[in-house]
Amino acid sequence: MLHVIEFHLDPRSGVATYLQIVQQVKEALRLGTIDVGDQLPTVREVVADLAINPNTVAKAYRDLEREGLVVARQGRGTFVASTLAPASLRHHDELRATLELWLESAATAGLDEESIRALISATLRESLARRVA
Amino acid sequence: MSPSPLVAHGLGKRFRREWGLRGLTLEIPQGAIVGLAGPNGAGKSTLLALATGLLAPTEGAISVLGRDPLRDPGVLSEIGYVPQGSPLYRSFSVADTIEYARRTNPLWDDEVATELLTRIDSKTKVGALSEGERARLALVLVLGKRPQLVLLDEPFASLDPLAGRELLQLLMDGVAETSATVVVASHVVADIERVCDHIVLLAGGGVCLEGNVEQLLESHRLLTGPRRPLGAVRGVREVVRERHSGRQLTLLTVVDGPIVDPSWTVEPVSLEELLLAYMAPERLPAPRTPEKVPLRWHG
Repeated sequence: MLHVIEFHLDPRSGVATYLQIVQQVKEALRLGTIDVGDQLPTVREVVADLAINPNTVAKAYRDLEREGLVVARQGRGTFVASTLAPASLRHHDELRATLELWLESAATAGLDEESIRALISATLRESLARRVA
Repeated sequence: MSPSPLVAHGLGKRFRREWGLRGLTLEIPQGAIVGLAGPNGAGKSTLLALATGLLAPTEGAISVLGRDPLRDPGVLSEIGYVPQGSPLYRSFSVADTIEYARRTNPLWDDEVATELLTRIDSKTKVGALSEGERARLALVLVLGKRPQLVLLDEPFASLDPLAGRELLQLLMDGVAETSATVVVASHVVADIERVCDHIVLLAGGGVCLEGNVEQLLESHRLLTGPRRPLGAVRGVREVVRERHSGRQLTLLTVVDGPIVDPSWTVEPVSLEELLLAYMAPERLPAPRTPEKVPLRWHG
């Protein structure tokens, strides 16, 4: 069965496994890749896929439920109940295209992945700080 | 809360003159997936053999699912135990092996067994299976009993990483299906780190660290800073391991508050690092059992 979301784990990230699942669901909600009514994979499916403790998956889903993002329906599974996608979602395609152009010019200028990440996060930090000030 | 599926009090086992385990007191939380860690010879296999009544304690007591495994062997039908090396009858076919398990286990559940046993041809002789397939078959045999407690002794020892991952997936799938409590003995932390939510570290025949994994990781920090005479550090309750290298000092600590001194770099600790620090013979702390924690759902 094809799922709306597939989880992946980074064991070296230092982030607790259940939090990684919570974050991945939230990110997908923010990007609009999953939407209200979509079914999350069942605990057993995630467990069999990632070889992790079922308690961990259940805990992640309970956290999401407490935040009102999903609802568990007895015997049927866990479904997305609300979205985090901002109203600006419709601008994403255009913004992504501009970003891709920028990434291309960064690569042409010889920046590797790490330098690109560093430049983006530093610029983002400074720009946010300026806006707050 | 349900009673603990495995409790030991002052448990000791002596082999001739040597104590394999001594003064072991332990209570495993219901529904936990427990990593039983420790160097070779720490007493992991001895503990599992005592839990299944294969050995009798020299002193103290052990109870599984609230019963004494020696006096009340009926409890064994509710325990799934896979000893080291997953011993099976090599001349049996896979189907014969399953049939044998069905006939000898009153609580056998065909549906669970069939569902879990995938990608192994039932006509194959057990002797012709790969190590990984044999390990999976042995695990299906115990999961098919719908056990309340699963005890595995070094299940990954002879498996390559891929077969190990497949075995772990099968185990977790089985746990999701049966809600069993699991104890996995392993001397390789990386094998169990992914799944266990509770850790019992044995060293020198006793428990040297026990607790909920998330809480243990939360309460330990690695401090790095310039070398200095070490007094009390604010926020540190206990220093587990101290290491000097040149001008640098590294401390693995139990913290009870924020580290305010800015000359320390504070980092989280991985489970492997934590267990190694408690195992390290250079500076073995006194046996301690951290505060009782709200169990099954950690954090």
